[in-house]
Amino acid sequence: MSALRLGAVLLTGFVLGCVIYGCSPARVKAASLKPDGERHTAPDFALKDADGKTVRLSDYKGKVVLLDFWATYCGPCKIEIPWFMDFERKHKDQGFSVLGIDMDDEGWDAVKPFVSDVGINYRIVVGNDSTADKFGGIEALPTTFLIDRDGKIAAVHVGLTSKSEFENAIDQLLQTPPHNGGIIEGRARPAGGSRRVSLPAELVGAR
Amino acid sequence: MCLCLPSLWAQGNQYLIAQAPGKLVAKRGASAEAKIAVSVEPGFHVNSNTPSDAYLIPLKLTWASGGALEPGEIVFPKPQMEKYEFSDKPLSVFTGDFDLTAKFKVPAGASQGPGIMLGKLRYQACNNNSCFPPKTVEVRLSYQVQ
Repeated sequence: MSALRLGAVLLTGFVLGCVIYGCSPARVKAASLKPDGERHTAPDFALKDADGKTVRLSDYKGKVVLLDFWATYCGPCKIEIPWFMDFERKHKDQGFSVLGIDMDDEGWDAVKPFVSDVGINYRIVVGNDSTADKFGGIEALPTTFLIDRDGKIAAVHVGLTSKSEFENAIDQLLQTPPHNGGIIEGRARPAGGSRRVSLPAELVGAR
Repeated sequence: MCLCLPSLWAQGNQYLIAQAPGKLVAKRGASAEAKIAVSVEPGFHVNSNTPSDAYLIPLKLTWASGGALEPGEIVFPKPQMEKYEFSDKPLSVFTGDFDLTAKFKVPAGASQGPGIMLGKLRYQACNNNSCFPPKTVEVRLSYQVQ
């Protein structure tokens, strides 16, 4: 097969793939953890939990954190929440925490009944546009960040992801000790780019 | 649906567009209705006006007050019951192209002449593995009272 013909076949395959599966970043699933050198510091925030207590991401320094942007109207989020409850139960004594950032417009009025109905066992805070902007402008829910013990973003999952993918990533992160004491600082650069999910490359790195 | 729709959807991260008819002619003292053409972006769905779950956000059309027409019932098509990867049971949704029928009454004392009714269509869209925050599109309905 000539190089030209091979190129045409590959191009056709790519175009067909885009037509059938879509080329939107929202459909792209993070396959694995990013190498240490490609990770960027997670932006800090201060949000209130259900008791009115201020929660900062920097409170979790030294821990592996699963940071889940979700909402009560989001069906795919509701599939993942029981998995996250399971992770919290299983790994909380190993320096692991799940932190849910709810993005409902109605805030606690929507969230409290849901948390109570489902019996969520991990901490929930109510986020806002500013929080979403810090993480590059969250549009698709769920969007889940896995943050290593150094406070760096090790993986980003946009949309419903498999439980085993989370599980494997968490196991790997828990086996890795912190390099610098797990200090979280700084802020991500402003968002730009994609229509669906505008997480900046600087924040997300290669996916 | 025309090829220009993707570019319309791309404006302002909308997953749905709504188009009122050219001009509604309404007679004083009578009732009138307008078909609002709605189109959901391929690969996406919006919850119907009667979602399957209390936490889901329904499709809702509301009219601002102030026009010569008195808003009445909004008639929605029969929802589709669709099964998605993220749901154990089928969800009541709308996909693709469909019409909403907006009914109005024209008071006998309404002023003759043209006007515009402004409506807001609120929806919440998802695809097969993600959901998106609720959004609103404006619906502008021109009318002529005779």
